[in-house]
Amino acid sequence: MSEQIDNLIKKEYSAGFVTNIESDTLPPGLDEDVVRFISAKKKEPEWMLEWRLKAYRAWREMVEPRWAHVSYPDIDFEAISYYSAPKSAADRPKSLDEVDPELRSTYEKLGIPLHEQEVLAGVAVDAVFDSVSVATTFRQKLKDAGVIFCSISEAIQEYPELVKAHLGSVVPQKDNFYAALNSAVFSDGSFVYIPRGVTCPMELSTYFRINEAKTGQFERTLIVADEGSKVSYLEGCTAPMRDENQLHAAVVELVALDNAKIKYSTVQNWYPGDEQGRGGIYNFVTKRGMAHTNARISWTQVETGSAITMKYPSCVLKGDNSVGEFYSVALTNNFQQADTGTKMVHLGKNTRSTIISKGISAGHGSNAYRGLVRMNPGATGARNYTQCDSLLIGGKCGAHTFPYIESKNPSAVVEHEATTSKVSDEQLFLCQQRGIDAEKAVSMIVNGFCKEVFRELPMEFAVEAGKLLEVSLEGAVG
Amino acid sequence: MLSIRNLHASVDKTEILRGLDLDVGAGEVHAIMGTNGSGKSTLGHVLTGRAGYEVTAGEVRFMGNDLLAMEPEDRAREGLFLAFQYPVEIPGVSNMEFLKASVDALREHRGQEVLDSVSFMKMAREVCKAVNLDQNFLKRGVNEGFSGGEKKRNEILQMLLFEPQLALLDETDSGLDIDAMKIVADGVNSLRGAERSIILVTHYQRLLDYIKPDVVHVLMNGRFVKSGDASLAKMLEERGYDWLRAEAA
Repeated sequence: MSEQIDNLIKKEYSAGFVTNIESDTLPPGLDEDVVRFISAKKKEPEWMLEWRLKAYRAWREMVEPRWAHVSYPDIDFEAISYYSAPKSAADRPKSLDEVDPELRSTYEKLGIPLHEQEVLAGVAVDAVFDSVSVATTFRQKLKDAGVIFCSISEAIQEYPELVKAHLGSVVPQKDNFYAALNSAVFSDGSFVYIPRGVTCPMELSTYFRINEAKTGQFERTLIVADEGSKVSYLEGCTAPMRDENQLHAAVVELVALDNAKIKYSTVQNWYPGDEQGRGGIYNFVTKRGMAHTNARISWTQVETGSAITMKYPSCVLKGDNSVGEFYSVALTNNFQQADTGTKMVHLGKNTRSTIISKGISAGHGSNAYRGLVRMNPGATGARNYTQCDSLLIGGKCGAHTFPYIESKNPSAVVEHEATTSKVSDEQLFLCQQRGIDAEKAVSMIVNGFCKEVFRELPMEFAVEAGKLLEVSLEGAVG
Repeated sequence: MLSIRNLHASVDKTEILRGLDLDVGAGEVHAIMGTNGSGKSTLGHVLTGRAGYEVTAGEVRFMGNDLLAMEPEDRAREGLFLAFQYPVEIPGVSNMEFLKASVDALREHRGQEVLDSVSFMKMAREVCKAVNLDQNFLKRGVNEGFSGGEKKRNEILQMLLFEPQLALLDETDSGLDIDAMKIVADGVNSLRGAERSIILVTHYQRLLDYIKPDVVHVLMNGRFVKSGDASLAKMLEERGYDWLRAEAA
């Protein structure tokens, strides 16, 4: 009896706790007060709050986009909590023994070192471990070069002029439904500034920031490469990422000023749901770069995770002679659905863009490429080359291609090539007859199919990406 | 080496092999001849474990093991090799990568050390020379854009690299000009030895001028109707199969 009462008391207590404004998690729902609360929690200046509120008001008037080739139940935006502080050490697993064994076995297969596994699984590590000291030396080196690499929250405090000048300049608050939502409630993210003429002395990786801030479901990234500078940025990691939040709506903005180069590489491996398609992350991301005169922006992505993906990393080729590139591998297995591609908007003269998209479907997966190439009237002498290949594994998956080409300048040249192929029983049998088991055979064929994209990835990422595809395709044959 | 007893096998519920018996001893070369549709290719696919070929009765022992109970890749690793009649293309996977993966798998199975890339490349280049294939073929996708003759020579290249216990060549001579056929024959002859056995499936006596078989079998309606020495092949060349049909009936 007394135990029952105890439980009741506890329940009421915990329920009451959530309504407390000082608590770490907001109750579900979104209104202006929530936006104000988030901004206040982050001690933001007035202009930032106004910026968020403008986005919120725009979002209220917008409707959810449903044109993508994916299907999922309606999202109840009032059922989502829009602020949650990082878990305290007390709530986190004490050691790897407390971590989901399935997750751990994937870590093992990917060959991730123990201490990294602990970080990834969110284990409360109290001892100072290697990567912290690595991160410190790393920061010093960047500082010496004048490179700013910090969280966006920190940047709003420390470099307000830079943030003010560029935030929303590529993806405005009202750009689309999810970008507006992100602009209103973004939790955190990364900020990078490379000064004029500087080549960033190392690849910047979010990995080094993993322990500093739990960026959560509405991540905001802004990268500004000043004139003549160069930077390569790596996002994500091959280790599977789990999150209680089902909806992820990030925004990434790249600004490449005259003669600057930005290379942005992503390996995305969010939880894809189980074999029956239950659970899994919805990844609705807006990524766009603005290339000024002679600038180059290059997106490379390997996407194997998430239940539903809608993502179109794009380039606005504003300056003359600017270059945009998109290299993508998207894999869908089990019941995953992806509608992904890019937009290349040619505004300047002699602008060039290349699109290489590789879609792999296995199980009941559905994979759609959606790409837009637009040649504006001013894009004299502009060129685009698009190659869009699909690979099917098994008989229950699907691949679709939706290319949109709009050319308003007669001197512009647009090329589009598309192929669809299938991993055939004959190919698998040839491999088996030569002693290679079917899983290894599929991974060899898939890796061969993706070669052109992997080549664009930074070295260590390319090796990991190959391994990641192998693990993601487990059980796809047999 | 190989012992087949009363083998029955079907494809799509149609019985193709109907009680086939065969014994191949170590070091022997057997030729299997027969008309179209007699079951020659089916035998190769059944032995190597291709999906879609259902064994309904019978027993096959290979090197003392129950062959039919083994996975296709394990049959290969134990030393059973099939040179395909129509080698399939695998675009994007380089021949070199494919061959290395195969040889790695075989060596691992045999408990041998896996070769490093440099030594493997050296070995592969030598075998290329033996079958008169340009080394550029190693860099190209597996069979991708190869001519018919190049595909067949690529099969022989693989056979020489793997040094199988038992190699089954499924009409490897079909569609080859004389020079290419000599290359195939040289490859097979160089592999001949006291420990290795070879089964040649062929339509023509011509190949047997270059590779002298110990035994010739005639396959008809899913079973062997006649076996003999090399002179049987010559007789088939002269008289065709009709007399055997009459004899079998």
